[in-house]
Amino acid sequence: MADLAQPAIALRAIEKWYGTRDAPVHALAPTDLEVPEREFLVLLGPSGCGKTTMLRMIGGLIEPTAGELLIEGRGLWKAGQRQGEALSELGMVFQDANLFPWLTIEDNIALPLELKGWPRARRLARAHELMRLTGIAGFERRWPRELSGGMRQRAAIARALSYDPRILLMDEPFGALDAMTREAMNLELQRIWMETRKTVVLVTHSIAEAVFLADRIVLLSPRPGRVDMILPVPFPRPRAPDLQSTPEFQEIVRRLRRRLSEIS
Amino acid sequence: MPDTAAPPVAAAPPASLTRRRLTKDSALPWITTPIVLAALVAVWEFYVVQFRVSPLIMPRPGAVWQAWVEMLQSPRAWHHTWMTVYATLTGFAYAVVIGVGLGVIIARVRWLEMTLNPFIVATQVIPKVALVPLFVLWFGFGITSKVIVAAVLAFFPILTNTAIGVKSVDEGHRDVMLSLNATRWQVFRRLELPSALPFILTGFEIGIVLAIIGAIVGEYLGGNAGLGHLLIARLNAFETADMFAVLIHMSILGFLFYFSIGALRKILVPWHASARLKV
Repeated sequence: MADLAQPAIALRAIEKWYGTRDAPVHALAPTDLEVPEREFLVLLGPSGCGKTTMLRMIGGLIEPTAGELLIEGRGLWKAGQRQGEALSELGMVFQDANLFPWLTIEDNIALPLELKGWPRARRLARAHELMRLTGIAGFERRWPRELSGGMRQRAAIARALSYDPRILLMDEPFGALDAMTREAMNLELQRIWMETRKTVVLVTHSIAEAVFLADRIVLLSPRPGRVDMILPVPFPRPRAPDLQSTPEFQEIVRRLRRRLSEIS
Repeated sequence: MPDTAAPPVAAAPPASLTRRRLTKDSALPWITTPIVLAALVAVWEFYVVQFRVSPLIMPRPGAVWQAWVEMLQSPRAWHHTWMTVYATLTGFAYAVVIGVGLGVIIARVRWLEMTLNPFIVATQVIPKVALVPLFVLWFGFGITSKVIVAAVLAFFPILTNTAIGVKSVDEGHRDVMLSLNATRWQVFRRLELPSALPFILTGFEIGIVLAIIGAIVGEYLGGNAGLGHLLIARLNAFETADMFAVLIHMSILGFLFYFSIGALRKILVPWHASARLKV
């Protein structure tokens, strides 16, 4: 069991290079970062700043060129191989919901459990529980195409939570949604996060979304991607939509916007 | 906007809404097809009668119908039908096993695809029907040569469609399986196969029609069984109405095969747009 002093995620001199020797791309300069348990951390930055690269490395989808990555104190990579124990603490949500169109919503949410060999009745019970949590109860037997974008993203969150990982990684999860749905989803995500007490790392390029959701914002700058600054967001929870019209909120947004325009 | 509602979210629309509209759409061909068919037969009858076409060239629809009804009562004709069905389905089955198997493999193994590709294309561009006499020479006048022609013709579309299907797997879906630490087998069974299935079925649809063509052409050129043989025999006997009856028989067989694959599509990939689109 991990003690609370131990960070949920630790990046130690994590670095990423892409491309060939003739045309190398430095996606992420050596970076150190710790994410404490139950923190809501947002990675913010202009395109090409390496925020998605960083998230995908934490999620085990791409291997760092150098450095060490610890998930709940356990190394994620050993000799080029991903470690299953560390991986099972991670749940990923992508920009597109990436639901499988040939599975009903409940089967999509239960897919990770199916891969782990859970019997059908048990994994569907778990899927239904998560559908209530994410607010999509009633859509169990629907095909993904029958749901709106916001609904699909809720299902994707439910799928990522199905095997109860301690960490939720979200790569611009609401980037493809319209503004109104997006705001509603931000509120929903806050509620789900507060109910489940997960550690969340979320990538976005929306400043308002970052400030509304984050405990801390990591601002990344491009070429090569690196941490520009880390900004704590002090507002108490639960945060209401009205927060966004307060001067304090606006002040943080203004600071971030100014810095972003300097570094992009 | 259901997304803004607090959970639990409002109920989904009743399934009957979409279903009713679909039935209406799919009912239309059941009305139009007989009408168009009747019109065509009427034109045929009119033409034959009006221009006094010799029954040796073009028999009247009624004569063809009568010949077909007689054919349906003949055990000999059913034997020939069965031989053609057997050659078609057996050849198709070989094409499915080899086409899907090889398609899955070359979609995943790049060097193998590069190596085999020229040969696969070669087997495609060679006019295979021209090889039928060779197959007869090698495999005799029996059923084997027909099965092989059917298999050779059906193989290629099944192979290419399978390979394209496996290659078209969505990258985002692959990311999901990767993040879930799925094994290679799980990726194949839970992602690649279901994702490729609509493509594979398209290959089947083309393949089954080619298989029946292969079987019939094989029967034209050798042996003494099958609908192809029967058709040539009737032609040589100048029994043109009988020949037309065989033609109708073959067409119905082709339809049955084709629609069987369509039914398979509705069962296997009900989630896919192709399952909702007809003909």
